Amino acid sequence: MSPFWSAWISIITLAVIFGCTALLLSIRKGEKFKDTTEETTGHVFDGIEELDNPLPKWWFWMFMATVIYSIGYLIVYPGLGNYKGLIGWTSTGQWEEEMQHANNHYAPIFAKYAALPAEELLKDENRQGLLMGQRMFANNCSVCHGVAATGAYGFPNLTDSDWLYGGSVDSIKQTITDGRQGAMPTWGSKLGEAGVRDMASYVLSISGAENVDAEAVARAEPKFQALCIACHGADGKGTQALGAPNLTDNVWLYGGSYEKIAHTIRMGRAGTMPAHKELLSDNKINLIAGYVYSLSQRQK
Amino acid sequence: MSTVTEHPQYDYNVVRQFSIMTVVWGIVGMSVGLLIAAQLVWPQLNFDTAWLSFGRLRPLHTNAVIFAFGGSALFATSYYIVQRTCQTTLFGGWLVPFTFWGWQAIIVLAVITLPMGLTSTKEYAELEWPIDILLALVWVSYLIVFVGTVHKRKTSHIYVGNWFFMAFIIVVLVLHIVNSAAVPISMWKSYSVYPGAIDAMVQWWYGHNAVGFFLTAGFLGMMYYFVPKQSGRPIYSYRLSIVHFWALIATYIWAGGHHLHYTALPDWTQSVAMVMSLILLAPSWGGMINGMMTLSGAWHKLRTDPILRFLVVSLSFYGMSTFEGPMMAIKTVNALSHFTDWTIGHVHAGALGWVAMISIGATYHMVPKVFGKGQMWSTNLINIHFWLATAGTVLYICAMWVNGILQGLMWRAVNADGTLAYSFVDALQASHPGYFVRWMGGCLWVAGMLIMAYNVWRTVRSEKLAAEQNTDTKAQTA
Repeated sequence: MSPFWSAWISIITLAVIFGCTALLLSIRKGEKFKDTTEETTGHVFDGIEELDNPLPKWWFWMFMATVIYSIGYLIVYPGLGNYKGLIGWTSTGQWEEEMQHANNHYAPIFAKYAALPAEELLKDENRQGLLMGQRMFANNCSVCHGVAATGAYGFPNLTDSDWLYGGSVDSIKQTITDGRQGAMPTWGSKLGEAGVRDMASYVLSISGAENVDAEAVARAEPKFQALCIACHGADGKGTQALGAPNLTDNVWLYGGSYEKIAHTIRMGRAGTMPAHKELLSDNKINLIAGYVYSLSQRQK
Repeated sequence: MSTVTEHPQYDYNVVRQFSIMTVVWGIVGMSVGLLIAAQLVWPQLNFDTAWLSFGRLRPLHTNAVIFAFGGSALFATSYYIVQRTCQTTLFGGWLVPFTFWGWQAIIVLAVITLPMGLTSTKEYAELEWPIDILLALVWVSYLIVFVGTVHKRKTSHIYVGNWFFMAFIIVVLVLHIVNSAAVPISMWKSYSVYPGAIDAMVQWWYGHNAVGFFLTAGFLGMMYYFVPKQSGRPIYSYRLSIVHFWALIATYIWAGGHHLHYTALPDWTQSVAMVMSLILLAPSWGGMINGMMTLSGAWHKLRTDPILRFLVVSLSFYGMSTFEGPMMAIKTVNALSHFTDWTIGHVHAGALGWVAMISIGATYHMVPKVFGKGQMWSTNLINIHFWLATAGTVLYICAMWVNGILQGLMWRAVNADGTLAYSFVDALQASHPGYFVRWMGGCLWVAGMLIMAYNVWRTVRSEKLAAEQNTDTKAQTA
């Protein structure tokens, strides 16, 4: 900040502290009685009088102690405008120091697993690494995917073997590192409301649902073949390279009811998996990917 | 002629109105608080309804208890006290009823707009810009009425209680206008004029002084009248009141930055906020000492007078929470306590233990006087209310201390590999018993307020008490 604002801050900060202290000292100096008294000031308000008792000594010293501590603090730490303080402390500096300390301390623990292919984490002798992956999953991933990784509305279940972008260790690593952006376009204006409803019936029919309106399915089929197969494939089994889900397995990210499917077709969906490369080291991502991989392997 | 008839005919109508609304809004605000406390124990109680969800009802709870309940209590007592200690009637003519009806209109608008999700998102200043403008008009009127009344006083000096009320009214006006400055983009949506970290600092400069001036200075004004009046003792030390008044208002205004420790706020701002918060301890305790020591020579009255118990226990909670506050403002303590339930517990030690208890004590003192009755209908019910409120406060703050420290420790615990030992949900599950205990404390509080409403209603309606009052007055004037 400019020298003017620095001076402004310093002066009013000190003026408040010293002003309070000066008031405290001058009132104490003017005390008429050194001990408790029944003498009043002579003022009466609606029958209320005021005694002229001195300031309690312990209270006076408590006040002085906080003032002295505060002045000391403002000498040692940054507080008075641009003044840096005697020890040069900054909150950024403290953070960097703590991060450095943590990295020095913890990095070797993760480095032990750096060369280990994540598939190997399933072996008993690597149990410790799998556990570390699980903990990092709990810290970083469970907010969306759940503590048990079973997902939630809009967030995929990671414990089954149904994968949007592929379930190999490499695919999972890429998903964690760079993130994913799912994009289901909106078809409401292109298909019209009747077309949206027909298409919802069609999608239900290929997922194996019964009691679907056959006429609606027949009306929608050519449109599906024209508009949807580019991503979902001619058989509706999806394309993992695009993150387009398999529509035939009755596993739903945004709900599998007729109304929910119609909504997805009408309005589209935009699912986001954030990139973690700025947040987690490669070694950590390796362990998390191994843990996520292990979840789907257990099912088999 | 005796001293009783020397004063002018005070304007008690507005005091009566605000006193009744203090009780009404107390029940409303605390009931909403009880509901959202229950939602944290049994989440299904939001009934999957947007306007019953925690996020919308929480600002309604805070607005209702701080501004509706606390505000009505402040209006009632300040209008009562300023007339009696200045020996004059209220200044301002139609501005006086305007402050009552305007204030009630603001609260009703809050009750409608906050559950609808209309919010400026600033904590304790959630109301949108049209309501903010009405609030500013009402508050300017309040300032004119109060200062005008003090100006035409018949006494030579201004009583200490009125210093605190004036500081509270002036500073709240400045805080409200500066913090609510916003650019409207539609009737019910506006954006703050301040960017980023500056907006955060302005918000907490406002937020902490809503505590410092609305919930502290105002209620100290209340304390300075009702404690000596109810105990029949002089104020302990005039000197102490001078020092602690000026030191309190000079340092409180700096303390807001402690809500933003370890954030993007510059280091110097955080340091200054921390030291000013520490210095604030002594001025805050000055008020507690002056209240407590006023009782020396009258302690025996506590055995028989539950109104005095309310006032004294409120001072104890005030002393406790104003010790806790500076402690929590120390950066290393704050690193543990920030974002935990400890903060909620601290606020309620002040809000229930201090603000609500002293308002209730003051209302019990004032209601019979302004309704022309000798005393409250039932002293026993006041006593029951006292124990419910005390037990409720203790349950509430102990539960939040345990939860807060538990959460703070669980969030920072790490495994040998540096990963967090507990997920957020683990800490939430561990907090569940505390939430239940807090809800029980809330039940006791709401029960106490309902008893108070019944007692006040019986007092106001009682013809027998009115007759007793008339005999009293005759005996005194004879």
